[in-house]
Amino acid sequence: MQFTSMILSNVEISPGYWRMRLTAPQEFSAATPGQFIMVRVSGAIDPLLRRPFAVFDVGVYTPPQSGSLPQPYFEMLYRVVGKGTAMLAALHETDLLDILGPLGTGFDQGNLDEEKLLVGGGIGLAPLYLLARELTEKKSPVRLFAGGRSRDDILCITEFKRLGVECYTATEDGSLGEQGLVTEALKRRLDALKGKATLYACGPDGMLNAVARIAESYQIPCQVSLEGYMACGVGACLGCVATGRDHSPETPDYRCVCTEGPVFDSSELKWGAQK
Amino acid sequence: MSVNLAGIPLRNPVMTASGTFGYGAEFAEHVDLHKIGAFVTKGLCLKPRAGNPTPRIVETPGGMLNAIGLQNVGIDAFIAKKVPFLRTVDTPAIANFFGGTIDEYAEMARRLDEIPEIAALEMNISCPNVKQGGIVFGTDPACAASVVAACRAATKKPLIVKLSPNVTDIVAMAHACVDAGADALSLINTLIGMAIDLKKRRPVLANITGGLSGPAIKPVALRMVWLVARAVKVPIVGIGGIMNATDALEFILAGATAVQVGTASFINPGAAQTIAEEMETWLAANGVADVKSLIGALET
Repeated sequence: MQFTSMILSNVEISPGYWRMRLTAPQEFSAATPGQFIMVRVSGAIDPLLRRPFAVFDVGVYTPPQSGSLPQPYFEMLYRVVGKGTAMLAALHETDLLDILGPLGTGFDQGNLDEEKLLVGGGIGLAPLYLLARELTEKKSPVRLFAGGRSRDDILCITEFKRLGVECYTATEDGSLGEQGLVTEALKRRLDALKGKATLYACGPDGMLNAVARIAESYQIPCQVSLEGYMACGVGACLGCVATGRDHSPETPDYRCVCTEGPVFDSSELKWGAQK
Repeated sequence: MSVNLAGIPLRNPVMTASGTFGYGAEFAEHVDLHKIGAFVTKGLCLKPRAGNPTPRIVETPGGMLNAIGLQNVGIDAFIAKKVPFLRTVDTPAIANFFGGTIDEYAEMARRLDEIPEIAALEMNISCPNVKQGGIVFGTDPACAASVVAACRAATKKPLIVKLSPNVTDIVAMAHACVDAGADALSLINTLIGMAIDLKKRRPVLANITGGLSGPAIKPVALRMVWLVARAVKVPIVGIGGIMNATDALEFILAGATAVQVGTASFINPGAAQTIAEEMETWLAANGVADVKSLIGALET
């Protein structure tokens, strides 16, 4: 679905990281955790292409003015990395954006009794919040493992805690939580659980690679949410493909991140080759 | 708004470009296929093709580079899985195809000729991103003539030949294809380009080079359409950075009978339909009763 959306708020929540709330049509509330949107940053031809962002949250709010109708909204997190995201950061309340979405295949919530371990690195925390919210609403046990270079890369932990999610943090410089990689805390939890858990991960390639290997060694299910360079988001440009498990130069196996993903079972993908 | 493209009646001159619209069904949610003139499939060949490693695309100012590598399901899967959808749509479906050799091109033309749901064939002799993608046929007039002649002998359906802009003399290429039996020409395919990541000191695309599309190439495309339209008698399909009805009408003035919308569909999946609707509005507002009166009507 393509729609024009009005910005309700656009706030820098940590140096270089922003959180934007936008109006959404009623049908958008059907968005599932792990799905994404494509945002047209401006109507001009530079930047030309839409930018993909995970859906961080969806909800309904009633403006304080008397007589106001409840307004569905969604939120996204973004990091300013280039021209497009810098232009987003310069936008204000009441500015309009052209949105396509929700798109893609999100997380499978699996067996609700089993503990869910969510692993996010930096901006990779974005698709995990809605997942955590839905799982906690269904009383499924959830823990979050958030990692980053420094405390600035650990986003929205308060929001996760507010859901009742126990959060572990680790930073490479030790400025927040443990010093080192958050996958160490993840392994300790898995040992305590005797390997009965499902992993959900989104973050930089190195982290996803590590989480996929942990899942393999503990023999537990693991879903990863990937990023890809994409032009369209609807399966037409074939720019965003990921390398499938059985890929080789002789028998190529490419999966479309935008439609078959962005969430994949980690065992379906080829690791190490992952860009 | 209707035009006739080499014997195929189009309800309007707006088509979609190969490689930007899947096999049609992918866009049914975003476009009323009955509001566009025709749609062109992703380029097909005999065997399934996986395409190139990633990164395959990168944005550039006013455009994008792609090096997808002609990923496609192959002719057998196309017939089994994609053709049934075409039966549900009353809009001409044009199959884009390529081969690695003249024999493969001719075999593809023969296979596609047997599919009643296919209204016409578009020969890709101009993909810049794979060695066997046809660019060798698309840059040498004698090679182009032989491969077009072989396909001409293999199909009775209208045969459109898609030309590469990566040539010294596009008019010579156009003449070679028309003399060998092309019923129409579509142009331009992408311009070869590259992007560099300064920090990594590496090319951005895994394929190193890619095909440039989008508004950035429109002036180049307009000139080539204008040159070719004046030189040959067959209808021309104008392609290159068309984002709106104004762009489309400029191509028609330059001599195109129809146009293809490509990169714009990535940005707005409904772009082709929107452009057709805007074109109709423009014609009405400017007192033009028949779009055909604008074809090649450029005053110089």
